[in-house]
Amino acid sequence: MSIIALIPLIPLLGFLINGLGFKKIPKNLAALIGILGSFGAFICVCLAYNQFINGGEKAIIENLFTWFKVGNLSVDFGFQIDQLSLIMLFVITGVGTLIHLYSAGYMHHDEGFGKFFSYLNLFLFSMILLVLGSNYLLMFIGWEGVGLCSFLLIGFWNKNLNYTDAARKAFIMNRVGDLGFLVALFLILSKFGTLDFSNIGLMATSLSIGDPDLMYITFALFIGAMGKSAQIPLFTWLPDAMAGPTPVSALIHAATMVTSGIYMIIRSNVLFTLAPATLEFVAWIGLFTALLGASIGLYQNDIKKVLAYSTVSQLGYMFLGLGVMAYSSGLFHVITHAFFKALLFLGAGSVIHAMSDEQDIRKMGGLWPKIKITAITFLLGTIAISGIPPFSGFFSKDEILAHVFAHNKLMWGLAVLGSFMTSFYMFRLFFLTFSGSFRGTKHQEEHLHESPWTMTGPLILLAILAVIGGLMGIPEVFHISHKLNTFLNPIFDGSRSVFPEFGKHVVDHSTEWMLMGVSTLVALIAAGFAYVKFSGGKNVPVPDAEMSGLSKVIYDKYYIDEAYDNTFVKPISSVSKFLAKTIDKGILDKTTENVGSGILGISKIFKRFQNGGTGVYLLSMTVGIALLIGFSLLPLIFQFLKNIIE
Amino acid sequence: MLTLLVFLLPLTLGLLYIVAKDKIGNISILSKVVAVSLVVLSGFVYNSFTQNLPVLEHKTPWLTAFSVNFHLALDGMSVIFVMLALVISALIVLIVDSIEYKNKGLLIGLICLTTAALVGLFMSKDIFFFYFFFELALLPVYLIANIWGGESASKITFKMLIYTVFGSLLMFVGFVFIYMRAQTADISSLQTTVSLLPASLKTLLFIGFTLAFAIKTPIFPFHTWLPDAYTESPTPATMLLSGLLSKMGIYGILRILVPMAPEGIANYGHILVILAIIGLLYGAIIAVKQGEFKRVLAYSSFSHMGLMAAAALTLSEEGFQGAILQTVAHAFSAVGLFYVAKIVFEKTGSRKLDDLGGLVHKTPKLAVVFMVILLSSVALPLTNAFVGEFLMLKSVFDFNQTLGILAGLSIIFGAVYMLRAYQKVMFGPEKSNFKDFSDIGAKELWVFIPIVLIILFFGLFPQPILDLSSSVFKNISLK
Repeated sequence: MSIIALIPLIPLLGFLINGLGFKKIPKNLAALIGILGSFGAFICVCLAYNQFINGGEKAIIENLFTWFKVGNLSVDFGFQIDQLSLIMLFVITGVGTLIHLYSAGYMHHDEGFGKFFSYLNLFLFSMILLVLGSNYLLMFIGWEGVGLCSFLLIGFWNKNLNYTDAARKAFIMNRVGDLGFLVALFLILSKFGTLDFSNIGLMATSLSIGDPDLMYITFALFIGAMGKSAQIPLFTWLPDAMAGPTPVSALIHAATMVTSGIYMIIRSNVLFTLAPATLEFVAWIGLFTALLGASIGLYQNDIKKVLAYSTVSQLGYMFLGLGVMAYSSGLFHVITHAFFKALLFLGAGSVIHAMSDEQDIRKMGGLWPKIKITAITFLLGTIAISGIPPFSGFFSKDEILAHVFAHNKLMWGLAVLGSFMTSFYMFRLFFLTFSGSFRGTKHQEEHLHESPWTMTGPLILLAILAVIGGLMGIPEVFHISHKLNTFLNPIFDGSRSVFPEFGKHVVDHSTEWMLMGVSTLVALIAAGFAYVKFSGGKNVPVPDAEMSGLSKVIYDKYYIDEAYDNTFVKPISSVSKFLAKTIDKGILDKTTENVGSGILGISKIFKRFQNGGTGVYLLSMTVGIALLIGFSLLPLIFQFLKNIIE
Repeated sequence: MLTLLVFLLPLTLGLLYIVAKDKIGNISILSKVVAVSLVVLSGFVYNSFTQNLPVLEHKTPWLTAFSVNFHLALDGMSVIFVMLALVISALIVLIVDSIEYKNKGLLIGLICLTTAALVGLFMSKDIFFFYFFFELALLPVYLIANIWGGESASKITFKMLIYTVFGSLLMFVGFVFIYMRAQTADISSLQTTVSLLPASLKTLLFIGFTLAFAIKTPIFPFHTWLPDAYTESPTPATMLLSGLLSKMGIYGILRILVPMAPEGIANYGHILVILAIIGLLYGAIIAVKQGEFKRVLAYSSFSHMGLMAAAALTLSEEGFQGAILQTVAHAFSAVGLFYVAKIVFEKTGSRKLDDLGGLVHKTPKLAVVFMVILLSSVALPLTNAFVGEFLMLKSVFDFNQTLGILAGLSIIFGAVYMLRAYQKVMFGPEKSNFKDFSDIGAKELWVFIPIVLIILFFGLFPQPILDLSSSVFKNISLK
């Protein structure tokens, strides 16, 4: 068995063992199996990386078998190892392993401990298939598989129906996107006749920019991305997904699954480069999502909700980057975001753990001295996401912003406004949680404690990555090679050949210095504002009931959920009832019966039937059948007997 | 020889059980023997077909003067349907064995008779026997509904009986008519006769055949017998109806309608596709708000049948193959889901979704198998339903893009109504007012484990099924 095939198989095995042995396997062993399911995959990724480098950095495509073949359509169960899938695999299995380790501490008191680890492993399996597949349909297996795991894990505490509602919402909204994905696949098939990335990439290079078919294909693909990566209008499931255990929020709803849409677009970069109209659309949707998410984040008081809207917003930035053809910058931000957002979520989990399951930051405050490791690592994560150099978020976000600046100045201005909000809501969160004096109950205060090493260990490692992760992509103005871009370069060969301007340096050096200065300044000013306003327990947000005006509208997420409820959920319910009662039971059934009784005089038969006993009727039926069978089979039986005798 | 055995074994078993009725000592062991022998038989069928053994045709002259023959033969498509009928029947027999029913011997006997009629139908090469089995298959199911169902079940299934018999009568008239012209009842030779008919007669034939299969499958708006029949019938009858009898409609479309009325399909096929898609959405939307578990499943089943019919009628290879693949997948998920519904009813004493909830805490095994079957029902990739659904949706999309997107909406609605049902049954706080809190045991797992394994196996390896039917498509499509 090859190393590549082992990458998904190891977590699958972990899922099966923990899943089938759930309740019989002791907790420590279950945790060990779960962690090994992830870490084993990570080791295999390292080995595959080695194999890839030794093979001269050429894409390795490994077909296990033909999944199905109908007419001219043939789909292989094949895996593809190249720069893009390797980077995603490193993030998934690397960050994944840390989160598995963390979960061993975080979920220790939960009765569904083994089940939790089996689901996490199943998620890894699906996510690995998503990025490892060598064609769109294999990607789709993972694509839907992660949706399922997301459903299972959001609704993990399934006694609470609000949680399971959130889980269903996530699955269904994802399916809306998945329909877009499917339509894209049908369009790709009719255009290219194959779903293999490599073949499509080759064929696409002979097409010209602006091809209308590709516009539809990329647009449909992007609908898929909207669902999975929580972009307007399909983003409302992600904040609700915070109902799941916090490690799930970190792994699935921040670091990995929600970045699938970005991965998919980068995987299809040639197609998108050929469809500038879609790219423009992607950029604007990304920008609006970034602003919307950030603005809602300004007023949230649930520590996980702030981070959730922050994730929506950061994903928006990634799409904004993709939309201006800064594909590798988008991926760069995926990586750094995986570090700092996983860190922040796990930190939030540690806070919630310390606070006896309290999530409202209005009831926190003054936690800095009590849980120092959590507090320090959380601060590092906050600095990283705010875009303050030289932390990782600064480099990746700045790269996106530079491309945006070259593309459209207005977009850039709005994006910088988003950065301002980001830095502000993150430092607001930090100060409200960690500075000032404690605002919780006496009981919570006595219970305050730092988390065990299984939880702080991953925090420290992620904090290191969040601080130094940006060094893989230092801008060229520093005269150091951009390692990530160099490595990723071959992925964009197709885009370069159809669009010669692709990847040429976008802004001159002085402009770049200026842009970096502006970003840094904006982030620092916002952090300063937050310090002035919220540090030391000042201006603690008012209780829900006392909110009013614009802040209430934003706190209630612009009532978008309510709007969807009124435009989709309720009308469909009414239509469903109307169809069932009026049309089906009423018109159609009645008409059929009337027509029936008209033609066959059923009414008379019914009458006779109801007067006679059921027994009589049954008897006649049985006799009838027996006669029928007997008559029809008589010659047969004779023949059969004759055969035997002869 | 094997062909005849395939037909005679379930028939004999059925008759024996009916005659013996309650004289059978240990019905549990015997039912397992029946189930195993049906499965083994299906294994022989597969083996003989793939090895090209010359045992797959049987011809006995019957009414020689009228050149009507008892002619059974198997091509790839027949093999799939015959095996499906055998295996699904075996599962239903095991299910019956696991549930309390009075007079189980008779019940199992009637199930075997249905099986015999179905395999007879799927192997018939003669229109008269095709018609005969087409009608015959319904009678045992009707009897099951009457004997084991309540007062309402007998009324409702009588309506179904009349309705479908009416549909097949039209087909019968068509058969007699072309038989008079051709002086042969052989299905394959009749195709040429039909092609020589004047256009108006062809249209009439098309209408007759269409009605027969549209009522049986059913296709919107000929489905009005279905919701009540599926809901009110006792579980074994519901399983036979949704798992197997509905597949007779698809089989008929592929075996009779498409080859014998190609012009009709060419002229009016798109109307049928549109109706089928309407039914697909209509059933799915209604399922969203149904209050009874079984009724959700009934409308869901109807919705699924719509896509199969639509795909089969697009006349594309993807549609044909997808419909056949989905026929298999849907049979297992339908039987599995109705079984879950029955178990839930036995445990809770209620069929209303609002009364249920919290079962996952006491019956985790049931929750897992229910989830796996649900995933097959919503066609998650790597379950057996996905490749079929993908091919079907592609065929409809290639047929007409708007229709394709409309049909695709079913993947959303499917998730909506199935997850709603799942949540209402399984999730939420534990309830205390149920009759029985024990999890499922060995008896149920003997049914569920094969279903789960089949769901996963054909999700990963659908090709064996596709290989069986691919040669048949060429015969049908080339007319």
